[in-house]
Amino acid sequence: MSAGVIKEAPAPSSARDDGFSSERHVYRPHRAGLPPILPYVRAVWRRRQFTFELSRTTLRSSHFNTVFGQLWLVINPLLLAFVYFLLVEILSRRNGGAPFFAHLMAGLFVFYFFSSSVNQGAKSVVGGGRLILNTAFPRTLLPLSSVVTAFMRFLPTLAIYAVMHAIAGLPVGPHLLWAIPIFAMIAIFASGVAMLFAAAQVYFRDLSSFLPYVTRIWLYASPVLYYAEEVPERFRPILALNPLYPLLASWSDVLNQAQQPSAGLLAWGLAWALVAFVAGGLFFISREREFAVRL
Amino acid sequence: MPSVSDDPRAEDSAASGHMTDDASIKVENLSVTYRTSYEKAPTLKSMLMRKRRGERTVQEIEALREVSFEVPHGAVLGLVGANGAGKSTLVRTVAGILPPTEGRVEVHGRVSTLLALGVGFNRNLTGRQNVVLGGLAAGLSRDELAEKYDEIAGFAELGEFMDLPMRTYSSGMYGRLAFSVAVHMDPDILLIDEALSVGDARFKRKSFEKMRELCAEARTIVLVTHALGSVRELCSEAIWLHKGRLAMCDEPAKVVEAYTRFLDVGESAEVLEDV
Repeated sequence: MSAGVIKEAPAPSSARDDGFSSERHVYRPHRAGLPPILPYVRAVWRRRQFTFELSRTTLRSSHFNTVFGQLWLVINPLLLAFVYFLLVEILSRRNGGAPFFAHLMAGLFVFYFFSSSVNQGAKSVVGGGRLILNTAFPRTLLPLSSVVTAFMRFLPTLAIYAVMHAIAGLPVGPHLLWAIPIFAMIAIFASGVAMLFAAAQVYFRDLSSFLPYVTRIWLYASPVLYYAEEVPERFRPILALNPLYPLLASWSDVLNQAQQPSAGLLAWGLAWALVAFVAGGLFFISREREFAVRL
Repeated sequence: MPSVSDDPRAEDSAASGHMTDDASIKVENLSVTYRTSYEKAPTLKSMLMRKRRGERTVQEIEALREVSFEVPHGAVLGLVGANGAGKSTLVRTVAGILPPTEGRVEVHGRVSTLLALGVGFNRNLTGRQNVVLGGLAAGLSRDELAEKYDEIAGFAELGEFMDLPMRTYSSGMYGRLAFSVAVHMDPDILLIDEALSVGDARFKRKSFEKMRELCAEARTIVLVTHALGSVRELCSEAIWLHKGRLAMCDEPAKVVEAYTRFLDVGESAEVLEDV
């Protein structure tokens, strides 16, 4: 049973009229899952500053008590890349050298953007208890803010990658601009999955314990620790099921192999991103009015 | 004077005509049911185990049952009742945070909530950051907030504590900041959930004055409190909730009298004092 809030006849006079702070509200139970989408989106947009402020303060407070402070934003990804480099070099006795390391870094950094969006996003609603109990606002802002936080963590890694790109002697040219739309698609996909898991987490608290393992296996099933072309034929179907495969393969093609991404892969990746975003978003929004009762 | 609706049938016509002109909050036949699992945190394992035993996972708690009342503009409504009577649930429903399970709530005007020390949702952030985040979530713009921030900080009188993490605050400071935020959000309707009890005597005086000021501007206030003295002093009407039902709705003095008689404590100093 889902009960919720219906807004009737909003007063157009209010500057902040968006269903959460209009002049006249009527709250009634209703069973249909979704609120009117357009006013909802407007309310989200009006509060976009909240999303940025929340991720900025989260970021600032996360390294508040450490010696290196904000430097961790750089140290973390460096250590991460180093650990996986050791792992891959030693375990697979691969001798990839600098170009492979560049591929590894590019893939790892963007994958960690995805996985921290999802892991933090999943906790965002359950962890936002007091704010949710005391203020009426569109709850999607919470998982979306986790994605923004992950993006802010991702930004400094771009600089690290740029250095590696130069060291590996990889070409620089307009083809690199393809990285922007590819990243945008990964971000859309990450937002969708974050919203899905954030809502699911309210009902199954175990999810946050599973998630780190899910994302780790997901990493192993993605063309990050290896090139997509190296995957043996018998594992191809598994790779094909991975929604991140087309996007990460294009990402590596553009950054590390100086290739135009294939249109097929891009379309495939975009389809996954949109499906995840719409499905995750609708699931979240249809459930969000129940969150206050469930926390 | 809040009038208990004689007609229990909540009509859902969208026309504003059936609401008396001077009512700012109208609650009709409101019921709220919490659905909780037995466990505080529902986990997969316990769910599977219960499924196997064929038990129902959901337990229903009826927090409010068929409550109806109206609050006119400019009124101060006192809400009294024992712990767990449904006071906070009622306030959250009026604020649009909890959806009603049945019935209808109609609210005219912008609502600002001060619910059980509401601003400090993240104790690791400073008072300033909490004020900004709370304000942005409530839909204020950065400019509006910058305008109001000094007033808020000034009224709360926290000095340099505004830039310290809220975990360093005493509960009185918490309450002062929460109250200050709520009254400066320019609310048409102010919902206050037992926050006044934590301020010291001077701040309490100051907040009483602020609330009178708001009432004079025809703002509506709903005050949840165990301090029956405040109900008498501030409120123009009062409601007594008992186990989710509306037990009484009358003049503050009468409600306080009946409630204290019910509590069987008599009008001793302890009850009238803000505990």
